Amino acid sequence: MTAVASAERLAGAGDRRVRPGAALAWTFLALVAVAALWPSLLAGHEPNAVDPAHALAGPGAGHPFGTDQLGRDVLSRIVYGTRASVTIGLGATAFAVVAGSVLSTLAALGGRAADELVMRTTDVFLAFPGLLLAMLVVAVLGGSTLNATLAIGMSSAPGFARLIRGQMLVIRESDYVQAARALGRRPLDVHLRHTLPNALPPVLVLATVQVGAAIIGGSSLSFLGLGPKPPTAEWGAMLAEGRSFLAADWAVAVFPGLALTATVVACNVAGRGLQRRFEGRRHVVR
Amino acid sequence: MSSAEPLLRVEDLQVAFHTPQGVVQAVRTVDFTVAPGECLAVVGESGSGKSVTARTLIGLPGPGARVRARRLTLDGEDLLGLSERRWREVRGGRIGFMPQDALSALDPLRKVGAEVAEGLRNHRPARRADVRAGVVELLRLARIPEPDLRARQYAHQLSGGLRQRAVLATALAAGPGLLVADEPTTALDVTVQARILDLLAARKAEGVAILLISHDLAVVGRLADRIAVMHDGVFVETGPTERILTEPAHPYTRRLLAAVPSAHAKGTRLSLEPPATPAKAPPPEVASGRVLEVSGLTKTFRTVGRRRRTAVEDVSFTLEAGETLGVLGESGSGKSTVARIVLGLLEPDAGSVALHGRPWSALREPARRPLRHRIQFVQQDPLASFDPRYTVERIVAEGLRDRPGPGRRRDRIADLLEQVGLDGALLDRRPAQLSGGQRQRVAIARALAPGPDVIVCDEPVSALDVSVQAQILDLFADLQRGLRVALLFISHDLGVIYHVSDRVIVMKGGRVVETGEAAEVFARPRHEHTRELLSALPELRDAGPAATSSPSPS
Repeated sequence: MTAVASAERLAGAGDRRVRPGAALAWTFLALVAVAALWPSLLAGHEPNAVDPAHALAGPGAGHPFGTDQLGRDVLSRIVYGTRASVTIGLGATAFAVVAGSVLSTLAALGGRAADELVMRTTDVFLAFPGLLLAMLVVAVLGGSTLNATLAIGMSSAPGFARLIRGQMLVIRESDYVQAARALGRRPLDVHLRHTLPNALPPVLVLATVQVGAAIIGGSSLSFLGLGPKPPTAEWGAMLAEGRSFLAADWAVAVFPGLALTATVVACNVAGRGLQRRFEGRRHVVR
Repeated sequence: MSSAEPLLRVEDLQVAFHTPQGVVQAVRTVDFTVAPGECLAVVGESGSGKSVTARTLIGLPGPGARVRARRLTLDGEDLLGLSERRWREVRGGRIGFMPQDALSALDPLRKVGAEVAEGLRNHRPARRADVRAGVVELLRLARIPEPDLRARQYAHQLSGGLRQRAVLATALAAGPGLLVADEPTTALDVTVQARILDLLAARKAEGVAILLISHDLAVVGRLADRIAVMHDGVFVETGPTERILTEPAHPYTRRLLAAVPSAHAKGTRLSLEPPATPAKAPPPEVASGRVLEVSGLTKTFRTVGRRRRTAVEDVSFTLEAGETLGVLGESGSGKSTVARIVLGLLEPDAGSVALHGRPWSALREPARRPLRHRIQFVQQDPLASFDPRYTVERIVAEGLRDRPGPGRRRDRIADLLEQVGLDGALLDRRPAQLSGGQRQRVAIARALAPGPDVIVCDEPVSALDVSVQAQILDLFADLQRGLRVALLFISHDLGVIYHVSDRVIVMKGGRVVETGEAAEVFARPRHEHTRELLSALPELRDAGPAATSSPSPS
């Protein structure tokens, strides 16, 4: 029996070799990271350098992705726009995970009343479309990358709170939490030492997918004019501006859209890869 | 035993698994035959290759397996080169398979009748009405009461015993000549186990050849005509049941037999391990007198549909310092609920637990917390009882009451590990990197760390192989002698309870049905349930001399 089990385990280990799709996704994400940290390495032009003589030039030798209505290099603007998207994607997700952990901790430790309060509140928040909630927040706080991050983070925090609470409910019944209780550990101690750290890993996997969703959310806000102020390069804002010139030059809107799509797909593919790996490990541990 | 021409002939069977990490030879070389109406039992511990052998016979050895044999024939037909198509006819049609876990063997979304009918239809085209009648007949043959009703129920609506019978009916649906049963009774209570074994014996009497795979020598003794003892992919010894159990020739067989806890082995060491030396730990705070007094415990749980189920009713007992009280009961008898109440993890509805004559269960949690170190816990599944992220050092450190500096802490924990017979080199390992026996030792070290007066052991050896179980039982005995710690020892295994206990309580349906000195209870059981348990116990017919039957000093 054990021999069969170990053989299956080894077969599972064989699954861990990197799939070509995942390799591609990770390579692209590395490129995105470089663009976000050191945009000048990848961009050939200043993102805001106006050159009306070459407006809407279309893809060509000097401007691989063409130029926009003001003659700004689209490729450079996409590269410089990466930082805003990545900030929103990572920042909002981090905010959501932290807020979700705090909320679910309150629910777990505060007894029945606190649990009810937190969960019913999340129900209310979950009843609104996430983007609508984010728009409300930005409308109150004003448009900027930071505020967009907060807005998207707040709109996705309730989902994480629910998920983490669900994990915690399972872990709280586990033998090792019982053993820690029997050793006389305080509830907060047990929670921080065992329950929370073991509830988080599956949530972190979901978070990688959430990064992609948050990037779309951030771009949607910009598209609606609720993101960073112009002339800051941002993918959603570029899409919105390019939309008016689609008839004259398709490249202005298509390339920012492609950048957005590719980044989100890469996030999801990489996230799925992590998930598979994580579940494999879980299997071995159990 | 039958002297008929063998149905199954296996010569020099080898099964290897090809993995990225290299070749694992699960079955090295195995020869056997099974004749109609005969039962051959393959006995071994986990990892011996017995299940791989069974799965190879139904053509499902597992992914990456390479099967080789000089001969592998069923009724003259070569099984080695069978096409997948022909295998589907053989599997179920000529060889029935009965797995261990009936719940996962039955489709949760299908009714039991449909499951059995599939076995029928796959091998014998028949009309609808015939199939329905056949299903009921098969269920009746498997001695399932009210077969008409049961055929229309789902697997989860059946008890463990009925489920295993339904699986048997499925395996026998197409009337195979050979039944391969892989640990068919391991997950069952002892009384249910006895009935399943009787059922298999009845099939055998009708001429079905049975290959029984088990880790339990006692179970096998009831049914098998011949026993093959498997170790490390090889049959180390094969022979008639009677001889294997009474005059084992091979040292491994002898070790296996000696490791089985039973009446004969009481007060002796079961394993060859040297005694542990629990000298360095501080003695419990109160070394004599009554440690626990439990009176009138009652606990009910809400179940589906607002009904209430009484898990424990009016349970009372006492535990003296340094003694072992065995709690014997089948699944659902309420013994684990009692454990959780004694540990203060569950509040009783009525009744109380007193620790050293002072209230315990009545305390509020903040008042109880500083006393919790006095009652510790060893659980059934050690792996689940550890935080998977923790190293051995951190796991045991959690039990320490003070917070010593890092260097000092490491020394203390190495001492504790030494007490339970573990090497200090394991400090940085994670639970998944330990063997089952090592894990349970770590769990015991953690329980000892705060210097408890009582350790509640809930089925602490049930998940272990018999030789490892023997070592752990010996360890408990050694520790108790050195530390004078009282044990509340819960188990469904009569042999284990008999071996470890000074006094025993027998539980059934949430109530204590019998209490007394262990020897007295098992020699002259007063309650019917105790008698039933005793009679269902597959007794080793006066097992051979224990490997190390030196009387214990206590």
